[in-house]
Amino acid sequence: MREKPVSKLKVPVTPHDHTRGPANAPVTLVEYGDYECGYCGAAYPIVNLVCEHFGPRLRLVFRHFPLSQVHPNAEAAAESAEFAGAHDRFWEMHDGIYENQDRLGLPLLFALAEALGLSETGLRGALGSGTYAAKVRSDFLGGVRSGVNGTPSFFINGERHEGTYAFEDLAAAIELHLHAKAPL
Amino acid sequence: MSNVLSAGTRAPGFTLRVTPDQDLSLSDLAGRPVILAFYPADWSPVCGDQMALYNEVLPEFHKHDAEILGISVDGAWCHQAFAKDRRLHFPLLADFEPKGEVARTYGAYRAGEGVCERALFVIDRNGIVFWSYCSPIAVNPGADGILDALERLPHEGKTGEQTKSPSHAA
Repeated sequence: MREKPVSKLKVPVTPHDHTRGPANAPVTLVEYGDYECGYCGAAYPIVNLVCEHFGPRLRLVFRHFPLSQVHPNAEAAAESAEFAGAHDRFWEMHDGIYENQDRLGLPLLFALAEALGLSETGLRGALGSGTYAAKVRSDFLGGVRSGVNGTPSFFINGERHEGTYAFEDLAAAIELHLHAKAPL
Repeated sequence: MSNVLSAGTRAPGFTLRVTPDQDLSLSDLAGRPVILAFYPADWSPVCGDQMALYNEVLPEFHKHDAEILGISVDGAWCHQAFAKDRRLHFPLLADFEPKGEVARTYGAYRAGEGVCERALFVIDRNGIVFWSYCSPIAVNPGADGILDALERLPHEGKTGEQTKSPSHAA
């Protein structure tokens, strides 16, 4: 039997990514998530707590990994977040979606866009023509090549986080990288 | 964990139920790369995630002209319900009678539990195992190993005289 090596992040963080926190933070946490995935919804407040806990020592990156055949709203949600991102409102849309995950659907996405002062017509058009589909697919495929097998999946400074997304697990893993001062 | 067939071995042929009234044979796909994904059971959480992932990655497999076949000991009716529920767009084969016979020939059967291993095979255009991997039973192996193997496959025509079959079983 062949051993499968520990998964590494194959796609480095670039300016095309959505990031929260300082670019020079010693630790970068990359999350691959699906907006309709219940586990991602459960991880959402925990990731926020982790970010709060580490403050400027941590940078968060979110990449899309929609399983659209089992989660029919996941792709539209991801493309809506990208649409908002094109107007510098990615994280507001991201937060809005996860905070209202129980009623995810087109009406929610349009309402969130409107609340952010974005054009509902613009979002409708972008979803209709798949303007952001390629970006979402590129995130997804990058995740697949990095061994992402489900969501949420986390990478800490490029290494797959094998533990759970419980606060203690994530925080302990991040601490290890802080102390290791691993070069980025 | 079983010893799954390793690279370089000829992939054993088989004919299995793919729907309640149709069979599919490995030879139907001759001339194309074939991915075999043995898995323990329809409906179990890890398998469900694994098949959902392959479903999403399907266009990438097709870019390599490869067909993916899921195989478990579940019967054809069970597969049909599972595929419909998860909207799977690739065939699930029933290694149902004699139970696990095909999995055994690939070294991918867990006799103790009576289910297939979570084992992956990439078979080249000439019917030779090009890459194989047996995952711990509870771990979804993802699709990166499959895609890496497909990329490393020699391009068509380089390795043998076999030409691409113009038709293939849907």
